[in-house]
Amino acid sequence: MAASPTFATAHRSLPGRSRAWLVLAVLLPAAAGAFAWALTAGDLSIPLADVAGALGGTGDDMAARVVRELRLPRALATFACGGLLALAGALMQVLLRNPLAEPYVLGISGGAAVGALGAITLGAATFIVDAGAFAGALAAMLLVFGLAHGDGSWTQTRLLLTGVIVAAGCGAVVTLMLALAPATQAQSMLFWLMGDASGANRPWPALMLLIAGLLLVLPLARDLNVLVRGELAAQALGVRVRRLRYALYLLASLFTAAAVSLVGTVGFVGLIVPHLVRLLLGNDQRVLLPVAVLAGGTLLLAADTAARTAMAPMQLPVGVLTALIGVPVFLFLLARHPGR
Amino acid sequence: MTTLMPSATQNPLLQAGGLGVRIGERWLCRDLDLLLQPGECLAVIGANGAGKTTLLHTLAGLRPAAAGQLALAGRALQHWPLRELARFRGLLAQQQPDHFTASVLETVLVGRHPHLGRWDWEGAEDERLAHVALAEVGLEGMAARDILSLSGGERQRVALAALLAQAPALFLLDEPLNHLDLRYQIAVLTLFRRLAEAGRGVVMVLHDINLAARFADRIVLLDGHGGACAGSRDEVLQPALLEAAFGHPLRRVEVEGRVLFIPA
Repeated sequence: MAASPTFATAHRSLPGRSRAWLVLAVLLPAAAGAFAWALTAGDLSIPLADVAGALGGTGDDMAARVVRELRLPRALATFACGGLLALAGALMQVLLRNPLAEPYVLGISGGAAVGALGAITLGAATFIVDAGAFAGALAAMLLVFGLAHGDGSWTQTRLLLTGVIVAAGCGAVVTLMLALAPATQAQSMLFWLMGDASGANRPWPALMLLIAGLLLVLPLARDLNVLVRGELAAQALGVRVRRLRYALYLLASLFTAAAVSLVGTVGFVGLIVPHLVRLLLGNDQRVLLPVAVLAGGTLLLAADTAARTAMAPMQLPVGVLTALIGVPVFLFLLARHPGR
Repeated sequence: MTTLMPSATQNPLLQAGGLGVRIGERWLCRDLDLLLQPGECLAVIGANGAGKTTLLHTLAGLRPAAAGQLALAGRALQHWPLRELARFRGLLAQQQPDHFTASVLETVLVGRHPHLGRWDWEGAEDERLAHVALAEVGLEGMAARDILSLSGGERQRVALAALLAQAPALFLLDEPLNHLDLRYQIAVLTLFRRLAEAGRGVVMVLHDINLAARFADRIVLLDGHGGACAGSRDEVLQPALLEAAFGHPLRRVEVEGRVLFIPA
């Protein structure tokens, strides 16, 4: 096939695949670095060599147990949650075809907050709080889905409006519980609302969900590219739009519910990470989704390590850190790409 | 692009018998018989809200017909698998939603979707087709541009290029001239006329009666009250019929051997 001179631009205009490898080459070491930092840093500073020994199973001293029983579960949990939130955000942005969409836009965080704060009000144990958050998130998801689906016409405007209204209703209930709570409970409630990974010590369900989710979503990634071109165009190109949208909605909601019940409502990861990746690599979902998972996980893991070490022994809410890191990085990248 | 031609050439690209299209309780057309052979251009005209787009979507198989039969290449529409259907007929939507940044080339490559397997990436041949399509609509050299930085007319041409890259045998165009300036209105219609002459078929919703008269072999005129008048250009483009459909009197004049309709 003879290439005419105009084809020289082809590879510059398809940045996705070639640049994706470059980004992965940066992100994989960054993720490894974030894990190394998370496992070594803390009240007890543990050298990297001892961490490696602890992970390898040798060493039974205090340091090894800190790594194995405290830091590693928490690091894996925060990484999984960051990945889940970034993935859910990217899916929501395609589903609602709205760049401002994020995992919480459809009221899932509101439902989770009502569930979690309700459990805190009753003085429940940590794992009950997590379960309450998950149940609340699922309840909100079903409520929004049922209401938006009511008359069969399932437009994204209707879905978005229903989600926003349910979130507002949940917000009112949350405010009421905060107002009525005694000071000691109000403090832990506030931490939960701002995102707090200190109780995140059971990483496996979230990690499994993240891996299963990626495996489910990646084969659909090119269908998502088509969906970005509009529902009608997607249908005409052979995509089963209705089914795809149900699947997206359910998966994104499940990812969000799992993340929220583990680390609370951590903001910005789900909104900003997909946008960062989009600014760097374009909107090809086949590249965007896996890179967003890696970037989201790394960001939340680094933020959580900073949150527990910056003002040690005091722990900061990780949601504050993700915002403090994410917002300036995002604004910087946005300013560098004025045309986009 | 010979492989993209309909295999059974003796079958009409599109055939409708007693077709009825309805939204809720309102019939947009009834008992419509249509036949489109390779090489033909059909224009759908009618007043706002008469049901041109809905008819086009029905022909595309995106919504069920309320009555009658509809067959593409001799096969009933409901027996087409979605992916195969997407390789046979392409639809240009009336509006192009551009919410996210994407390069022009990426956007055009979306048209290759039905030609690729689940795990395939667009290859060199797909890129070549996309570049050819861009050149056809006068956008060569714009492949790397962000669609959000383009004008309305340029975005419309990107959408047309995506449809060309899809390379269907039957083109269904909903107001293909939206946002286009005079030069590209003529260029785009000439392009589809040429594609028809190469053996494809075109159904297009148009607003300009004179362009329909110039570029279409057959016309469907929707009167907005459930009536549809289908036939050859000269059968349908009659001042009395047009006046009844559009609610405004028209005069038929001939200028340099060409028939024109001007609003009275």
